[in-house]
Amino acid sequence: MSTPAIESPRVNYLNVSYGVRSWLLTTDHKRIALLYLLSVTLFFFLGGFFAVLIRLELMTPPGDLVQSETYNRLFTMHGVIMIFFFLIPAIPAVLGNFLVPLMIGARDLAFPRLNLLSWYIYTLGGLFTLAAAILGGVDTGWTFYTPYSSTYSNSNVMLTAVGIFITGFSSILTGLNFLVTIHKMRAPGMTWFRLPLFIWAHYATSLIMILGTPVVAIAILLVGLERLFHIGIFDPRLGGDPLLFQHLFWFYSHPAVYIMILPAMGVINELITCFARRRIFGYHFIAFSSIAIATLGFLVWGHHMFTSGQSVYAGMVFSALTMLVAIPSAVKVFNWTATLYKGSVSYQAPMLYALGFIGLFTIGGLTGIFLATLAVDVHVHDTYFVVAHFHYIMVGGTIMAYLGGLHYWWPKMTGKIYPEGWARFAALVIFVGFNLTFFPQFVLGYLGMPRRYHVYPEEFQVLNVMSSAGASILGVGYLIPMIYFIWSLRYGPRAPENPWGAKGLEWLVPSPPPPHNFDVTPVVTGEPYEYTPRSEEAHVG
Amino acid sequence: MWRNLPLLPERASTFAPEVDALYGFLVGMSVFFIALIFILITVFAIKYRRRSEGEVPRPVRGSLALELTWIVIPLGLVLTIFGWGAALYFKMYGRAPADALELYVVGKQWMWHIQHPTGQREINELHVPAGRPVKLTMATEDVIHSFYIPDFRVKKDVVPGRYTTLWFEATRPGRYRLFCAEYCGTKHSEMTGWVIVMDPVEYQNWLSSGSGVRTESLAQAGERLFQQLACHTCHREDGQGRGPSLRGLFGRPVQLADGRTVVADEAYLRESILHPNAKIVAGFPSPSDMPTYQGQITEEQLLQLVAYLKSLGAGGEQR
Repeated sequence: MSTPAIESPRVNYLNVSYGVRSWLLTTDHKRIALLYLLSVTLFFFLGGFFAVLIRLELMTPPGDLVQSETYNRLFTMHGVIMIFFFLIPAIPAVLGNFLVPLMIGARDLAFPRLNLLSWYIYTLGGLFTLAAAILGGVDTGWTFYTPYSSTYSNSNVMLTAVGIFITGFSSILTGLNFLVTIHKMRAPGMTWFRLPLFIWAHYATSLIMILGTPVVAIAILLVGLERLFHIGIFDPRLGGDPLLFQHLFWFYSHPAVYIMILPAMGVINELITCFARRRIFGYHFIAFSSIAIATLGFLVWGHHMFTSGQSVYAGMVFSALTMLVAIPSAVKVFNWTATLYKGSVSYQAPMLYALGFIGLFTIGGLTGIFLATLAVDVHVHDTYFVVAHFHYIMVGGTIMAYLGGLHYWWPKMTGKIYPEGWARFAALVIFVGFNLTFFPQFVLGYLGMPRRYHVYPEEFQVLNVMSSAGASILGVGYLIPMIYFIWSLRYGPRAPENPWGAKGLEWLVPSPPPPHNFDVTPVVTGEPYEYTPRSEEAHVG
Repeated sequence: MWRNLPLLPERASTFAPEVDALYGFLVGMSVFFIALIFILITVFAIKYRRRSEGEVPRPVRGSLALELTWIVIPLGLVLTIFGWGAALYFKMYGRAPADALELYVVGKQWMWHIQHPTGQREINELHVPAGRPVKLTMATEDVIHSFYIPDFRVKKDVVPGRYTTLWFEATRPGRYRLFCAEYCGTKHSEMTGWVIVMDPVEYQNWLSSGSGVRTESLAQAGERLFQQLACHTCHREDGQGRGPSLRGLFGRPVQLADGRTVVADEAYLRESILHPNAKIVAGFPSPSDMPTYQGQITEEQLLQLVAYLKSLGAGGEQR
């Protein structure tokens, strides 16, 4: 807000009005995206703070930094905050909110006020969860398994659960808004197969959000009924079944993993094509692989329950279906790699994140096959192997893509250029720190160290120290972008309309975009990622 | 340093080498694909690096043959892995061999109680002989726990309201760690113990002279309980009581009042003691005259009763 009006006479969405009120009552998708950016960043560093304490505690085998009660609250709050308040909203609500209308040539989302409402709902849910944390936290693990959560835990289960319940509605509203917008508000000529793959990914994500989220809301409601009114649903002593909760919970929470990774894959498509100056290899295969992942995602929840005592035949079906998820994931990785072939590859910071994403997601995906393999899962289930696997997907995948996307669209969002050298350095630090933190955990897991262990046997110390050392590097890596992003707001050079020479409608408008995006509705005549005139293209295969 | 940093846990059960072989295959496959992607990306990123700002590459549009290749080959691979994993899983979670030694485990916050058929009881220690299959029937007093022996590559959740079972055959005498793998509350990470595998002779010595000697077997304890709770006044052996005779019941099919037939296994016995109305035997009044024992007896006592009823089992011989 420091830039005086004389320097920047053009009206954009940032300088069109000033004051807290103009932000809190805005219906501009771009401003709402920034509100989300601020909120999810706060939650990210709060969740990260809990992670720091966890890694410090695990430097030594005995529980010497905190009590077990505290440790259990730390990993629970870390999981709850990172998953429900950072990973799930991060890419859709920040980048998606900002970019979906711009990319399809629309002036806003279909329901701008609903969009603002979803941020308020998110914030309200966040406040409940923060209140639970301040009042002493919750110790059930982010999975809230019954009957521990419904009968035995005496921590703030209900307050946290209400927070998650409320926040779920913000997901549903965002998903609904995206679906309607993508269906109804595409610019003339923007056919389905001219959509950037970022949009396809968000479409698939939105489907999961509106179909899956109600189920976790139901599961939470039922835990509440049992906890408050002793209605027997999950506790066998009241006539319930504890495994029913696991089915309901994972029916949402497994697809929720795809809510976290699909938008990340969407971001990667945009980054790879721009920095290789190449049309994406296998557009249709990538587009439909997103839909395939979203669909299969609803059929695999039972793979969290291979050791739970569910029928071995059910386990077999869930294992086979889970194996199928490997295919659309592999299709994406191979197509991204092929996109580099004969491209014009440059290594700006967003591209470093994208390449890092491909590497880490490949490891995360392949170790997912280990977990889908019934007999191997029996051994590694609920060990650090699982912890390492999902951090490779969620942190190595989603956060790398989120940061890559944030760097890529930062000039568009803020009108400022960040320092490129620092950005490349941070990308490298994050990549190295990440691997040092989480790779040792695969070994720990196969050696048999269970997850959620406050105290652990001495033979596991070396690997835990390695992991904690890596985490300290990773932590520094996350702080660096935070600093130069803020710095760039004040001191960064003015960003041109299209600093990367990228294709896509969002790069046709000035940076930052005007309040209503497009003065004239664009007409789309070509396919996305047309970095080369069609006449010059080669065709193989 | 590397001597203290093994990559695999010990292999101390018959399952361990089989799980490790599959794991080895998976590691090999992963290394191959990671190397493939890494090399391709590195080569492309260097070979096709941007040499001038205005460079416009001549891109390749796509290739159906390539797409099909990288769909079909991974599909074949994952289906093979699925089959391999499923076959081994069926062996691990399938029926235990008939000659298995039957032990009983009760998990409670935050310890493991083990009962041997011969009456020995242990806490957080499990003595088993090498070279003989061992079957664990497991229950929990409170929340979900999970019985996990990494060196055996076996794990099974212990779920409230039901029995779960787990079997293994230890191959090498030694001490192996036992963990609770399912988060169960404050001292979850201290719900650990040791599995002590002994060679059969030593194991016999332990049974007869070890710390855990008992005067009565598990079934005898169950019989005593059966008398104490006055079960015998209704479940008379001559079949003239208000409840059905329980002699020779275990493992037999039972005709129910609603026309169904169920096999009298551990789960059935457990349910009938805790919820007498759940399954009424044909010819007996509904609702049942029997009081519920839910909340009246512990899981350990329940296991003693079940062991007693099993001892009256199909063969009818009393231990």
